[in-house]
Amino acid sequence: MTAEAKALPSKSYLEDGYTLSSWFFSTDHKRIAILYFVSITLFFFVGGAAATLIRLELLSPTGLFLSNDAYNRLFTIHGVVMVWFFLIPSIPNTFGNFLIPIMIGAKDLAFPKLNLASWWIFVLAGCFVIAALLIGGVDTGWTFYAPFSTMFSNGYVVPAVIGVFIAGFSTILTGLNFIVTIHKLRAPGMTWFRLPLFVWAIYATSLVMVLATPVLATTLMLIFAERVLGLGFFDPKLGGDPVLYQHLFWFYSHPAVYIMVLPAMAVMSELMSAFCKRRVFGYKVVAYSSLAIAGLGFLVWGHHMFVAGESVYAGLVFSLLSFSIAVPSAIKVFNWTATMRKGYVSLDAPMLFALGFIGLFVIGGLSGLFVAATGLDVHLTRTYFVIAHFHFIMVGGTVSCYFGALHFWWPKMTGRMYPEMLGRGTALMIFFGFILTFMPQFILGWLGMPRRYHLYPPEFQVLNVLSSAGASILAVAYTLPLIYLGWSLFYGKRAGANPWGAAGLEWLIPSPPPRENFETVPVVTWEAYPYPLKPQPVERKETP
Amino acid sequence: MGAILPTPPIGLTPLSAYAAEYDWLFFGMCLLSLCFMVPIAVAIVYFAVKYHKDSKADRSERISRRSRLILESSWAGIPFLLTLGVFVWAGKMYVEWATPPKGALEIAVIGKQWMWKFQHPGGQREINTLHVPVGRPVKLVMTSQDVIHSLFLPALRIKMDVIPGRYTHLWFTATKTGTFRLECAEYCGTDHSRMGGSLIVMTSADYQSWLAHAGTAISLAAAGAEVYRKNGCSGCHGANSTVHAPTLGGLFGTMVRTADGREVLADEGYIRDCITLPDKNRVAGFPPIMPDFSGTISEADLIKLIAYIRSLPPGARP
Repeated sequence: MTAEAKALPSKSYLEDGYTLSSWFFSTDHKRIAILYFVSITLFFFVGGAAATLIRLELLSPTGLFLSNDAYNRLFTIHGVVMVWFFLIPSIPNTFGNFLIPIMIGAKDLAFPKLNLASWWIFVLAGCFVIAALLIGGVDTGWTFYAPFSTMFSNGYVVPAVIGVFIAGFSTILTGLNFIVTIHKLRAPGMTWFRLPLFVWAIYATSLVMVLATPVLATTLMLIFAERVLGLGFFDPKLGGDPVLYQHLFWFYSHPAVYIMVLPAMAVMSELMSAFCKRRVFGYKVVAYSSLAIAGLGFLVWGHHMFVAGESVYAGLVFSLLSFSIAVPSAIKVFNWTATMRKGYVSLDAPMLFALGFIGLFVIGGLSGLFVAATGLDVHLTRTYFVIAHFHFIMVGGTVSCYFGALHFWWPKMTGRMYPEMLGRGTALMIFFGFILTFMPQFILGWLGMPRRYHLYPPEFQVLNVLSSAGASILAVAYTLPLIYLGWSLFYGKRAGANPWGAAGLEWLIPSPPPRENFETVPVVTWEAYPYPLKPQPVERKETP
Repeated sequence: MGAILPTPPIGLTPLSAYAAEYDWLFFGMCLLSLCFMVPIAVAIVYFAVKYHKDSKADRSERISRRSRLILESSWAGIPFLLTLGVFVWAGKMYVEWATPPKGALEIAVIGKQWMWKFQHPGGQREINTLHVPVGRPVKLVMTSQDVIHSLFLPALRIKMDVIPGRYTHLWFTATKTGTFRLECAEYCGTDHSRMGGSLIVMTSADYQSWLAHAGTAISLAAAGAEVYRKNGCSGCHGANSTVHAPTLGGLFGTMVRTADGREVLADEGYIRDCITLPDKNRVAGFPPIMPDFSGTISEADLIKLIAYIRSLPPGARP
């Protein structure tokens, strides 16, 4: 392959133009992936800065330097930015964008211009949210609960809501693009059950994006209508129902949790197989479990409302459905673990992130059963227990996988290797820093410390200080990759096409990939994860 | 069930049989979680060592299709069945939490940014502090004057949202005297974290003397009679009225047939809706002439009015 690549020198996507407009108006899915990567990295550090301030402030039960209003604005911006401007676009829009066409043997997504439009829409949305932050912030919490958000809040709710509303269109367009691409652009021989599990899980994610996000758009419009036009939907004084808001919001936002975690599961299957050199155990079960999670995810929203005034019967049904959705998630965890058996396990940085994911996701998932159990939830809901639970899933789980993916595909995206030992050190720091940050929060919640509390009873100080200590480790661990990955861009070892010896079409093309991905359309004759790898099977089939 | 369980040894002291039972369920679930976590952790470490890429471990064996099927269905099914036990136990507690016993001491609660207002049946009012007797079921009937709040009593392991425009309930029987935290658990704006106070559980005698000490001359129902008079309710509902309006005496707790053919229980929420949203549950056989009092009667007056209507004997038309 290398000989051939030398014979036909094709420019990599990175060398395909050096002007700003060659980036900002590129329709190349790989360049758009990089645009997304840079923008969400910025948002990650905005949200992270807010988190850092929150944890600093909570060192003291009486607060250190913030007013109540300033504190409320901080946790709101942390939530809004991290959910809609980091977590939701994180894996799908960077690695999904970069890898989906390559993994299925296509030259680009089905609608390259729409893909570019979706990034610009995302940027526009981000401008509204950053503007809301700069002119004074929002104090509603990321959940925008009515009637507080519509009639009582004195923050800049409208620009924030418009920002999230616009971001939704970016999500919908990306989801649509992925669905059409996976249906229509698979290379000859790339049947559904030869797809990498990454593609299956991103496909499931895309379904949720396309089906759930419009409900969020509707809900946000209703907030806008009530706040600006005084039309009564949620405030009882205007004849509305505040609990209706929660139904609408969680009908989107619970599926949105799966928009955030399914892509992490997508990455997991790739990492586990590549670093165990083994086909993922129970391929079909893992594939179907992604769809099961996407489907069941639409039927559990009521578990956010056990004490919000929904009927006891509704509560019990939502509880049972929530227990059921744990099953496909558990199956995945067991299957990934079983993939290690009889494999050739190497503990490189991406694998450490993957194993870290299993640890944190299992704790997050099991704590999810606590809050899915009606009677247990009555005490735990609205406390730090819930904060710890969803951070274990969305940060411990998803962000660990995001970093795992970043290290794993970094050589493919940039053509350079990162410093391996620093990568491993970061993976360990993230895991242990995370445990130290959020384990005390489980206990705080169980002892009855409500979430979104600026001031708290002094007996909770020790646990809060422990949590803040963990957060400072996390702050370092999340910043380190910025430095050493940035360094590796210029000084890292050249990676070659397949530094990990991994299976998958993306490892058969040069790193970084050429503009057109494949010089000729590959013909796939093998199953997914054909370990142990035989000498590049694509070579023989590639004759035009 | 709660009564026969001893108090778990660690954590926040449970203040009721319900809370003690809650702790056992919580610790049970913790134990179950460990039973899932430990095997996964052990398997990961074991596989990572045994099948490390440099190890010479035998990798030849293949699992048969049949044993793979058995393996996969057992690791999906067994944990699910075990956790269903938690679902059932928690569900039982949830039903208990949602079902106040008859004859409980009823205390009215109004949440507002950022304070809790309590009013006892005798009319005694207090802010951010709630005095209750030990050993007697207490039912809080709660509403909010502005945004959604949530009354959280950690020592009792219970909370319930306090929602504008409707009444929600929270009940408990405290088994120990003392002072315990009372918090707002639903984010409600600037001073959310300061919207709290104390639950003070007293012996029955202490509670009675507290009531007498804090006592106002006039009970909640008697104050309601005044609200009733001031708003001219008797003009239509009174015995001397010529207007065709429903009799209010004995109404509370009965089933009412509405004009659109539904059967509705006449509880606090129903009476509230009749006053603030008269078209919602108009009684069958009566013309739609009840005026809308939303915005003109305060939450506190509504509670008094409901207490008054509740106190009327069957057939009374004041």
